[in-house]
Amino acid sequence: MTFSPELEARFEKFLAKYPADRKRSAVIPMLVYAQDETEAITQELIEEVAKRCGVTPLQVDEVVGFYSMLHKKPQGKYHVQVCTNISCLLVGGEELWNQACHKLGIGHKQTSADGRVSLEEVECMGACSWAPAVQVNYDFYHFVTPGQLDKLLDGLAAGKKPEEIADVKKVSC
Amino acid sequence: MRYNPPSPLETPVLSRRFRLPNSQSIDTYLANDGYKAFEKATGMTQDEIIGEVKTSILRGRGGAGFPTGMKWSFVPRTSPKPKYIVVNADESEPGTCKDRLLIEFDPHQLIEGVLIAALAVGAQQGYIYIRGEFRYLIGVMDKAIDEAYAKGYLGDNIQGKGIKFHLATHSGAGAYECGEESALLESLEGKRGNPRIRPPFPAVAGCYQSPTILNNVETFCAVPSIILNGGLWFAGLGTPKNGGTRMFCLSGHVNKPGVYELPMGFNLMRMINEVGGGIRGGKKLKAVVPGGSSCPILKADECDLAMDYDTVAAAKSMLGSGGVVVLDEDTCMVKFALRIMRFYAHESCGWCIPCREGTTWLKKLLTRFHEGQGQRSDIVMIGDLSRNMLGRTFCPLGDAAAMPTIAIVEKFREEFEAHLDGKPCPHEKGSRLAA
Repeated sequence: MTFSPELEARFEKFLAKYPADRKRSAVIPMLVYAQDETEAITQELIEEVAKRCGVTPLQVDEVVGFYSMLHKKPQGKYHVQVCTNISCLLVGGEELWNQACHKLGIGHKQTSADGRVSLEEVECMGACSWAPAVQVNYDFYHFVTPGQLDKLLDGLAAGKKPEEIADVKKVSC
Repeated sequence: MRYNPPSPLETPVLSRRFRLPNSQSIDTYLANDGYKAFEKATGMTQDEIIGEVKTSILRGRGGAGFPTGMKWSFVPRTSPKPKYIVVNADESEPGTCKDRLLIEFDPHQLIEGVLIAALAVGAQQGYIYIRGEFRYLIGVMDKAIDEAYAKGYLGDNIQGKGIKFHLATHSGAGAYECGEESALLESLEGKRGNPRIRPPFPAVAGCYQSPTILNNVETFCAVPSIILNGGLWFAGLGTPKNGGTRMFCLSGHVNKPGVYELPMGFNLMRMINEVGGGIRGGKKLKAVVPGGSSCPILKADECDLAMDYDTVAAAKSMLGSGGVVVLDEDTCMVKFALRIMRFYAHESCGWCIPCREGTTWLKKLLTRFHEGQGQRSDIVMIGDLSRNMLGRTFCPLGDAAAMPTIAIVEKFREEFEAHLDGKPCPHEKGSRLAA
């Protein structure tokens, strides 16, 4: 299986982090980064990661089944994650979640017909003091209002990139 | 730079560099006491370093509050195995968002804390386990680690002193369970995040079955200040047996939610009213979750207390991870209990039957209650099921699900009764929680 040079370089770095007889440690980091490129975890990817880490494909597959971020089905180009855990729940996270489902006409872990946007109701994402929070792929959005969520979803559906959408700014560096 | 304005009531120790421009860079760090504590520690014996941490009465900031110096002293010196330092940055306890800030705005403080821990036990390799959702933090941390290598603070011969220590980040992939130390170690080894039976504890058989110091981000971040200013100074910031400051994550129905660094033992009502600006919309306080969703809830009249491990424990709750979630009078406690249980049912790793089945059944019972189909006997059953989970699992996730549920049912029984006989939720205005 061939990957981009960037991902190959990353794999090399991962494998160098752990003791020579502990390459299995690289399984999860490899899968997390590889699925961004391959769009989903395929049997081929499982076998490739197993080969590189010196474990059996089953030992990789059992890991895929455990971790919520590892997915065998492709997600949308923009994976919109709405937190409804306690801190977000108290300040409107559930309403945001319902709004997103209603607006896109899809539900939990579903993808829009054009493959652009997928939705997931997620557990606490570590933005409790700046709730309600939403993540689009790996970017955080804090203190999200219903109006901002509308603009975000409209923009993404219309083919814009998140950074091109006015009034909705991701936080962090 | 931070995500909420600071409060004048704060005691910035760990967060003191947050507002400096370019606070992540090693140059900023070096210009503001950076790596001075490490320099000092290189002139100390292992016993002196551990002794200083013991004197500081630093207690584990992940939630359990175990004395850090004591934990470090359990690492066997004579073991022929390599020793490891592992940082728990799998922050995912609902209500908690402090480790994110500590890494984002001062990553070198964490590296320095880890380095000092490495000196204390003679470790040569460390890993920072960062939850997968914090992808950008892995970038921040990797950059800081690269800078530390470039400036000779990591590597085979640190600052020409013959000290060898290597450090690397490790990405998780979405599992609350991996915040539990033994499950984290399994995950670090590339396996499913199921907990290990203990003993042996990680100090003896941790990462790759070798002696390991495993602490929370905030715990390591406190270490440079302790070494630099002395354990007594740090201990003096807090209350007896509770040294230092705490990064409190204030969330929920307050006017000014945010992460605030306050002295250990800061009064909870003052935190809500003076730091947090009081309850939104002038409403009344109903309850507070004092330290993340695992902690038994406190009713409003129980909240006039000092936020340290022992005082909150005496109130039959826990200081936990520092996640202070504030609930106003309009909050439906049945819905709140259900949301907590949905979380634990989702996150139970399935290893122990009382947790896997208990959380699933409790979720079903609470859903039925919330939908107005509950029966009077269910109230008793919720309590019984929860109590049967306590202490019967390999890791504390089962307890973490049971404890808040028991407290909510005991303290707000009348709200459960108000949902009986098909009556609509008195707090609900429309939407229902999906099960």
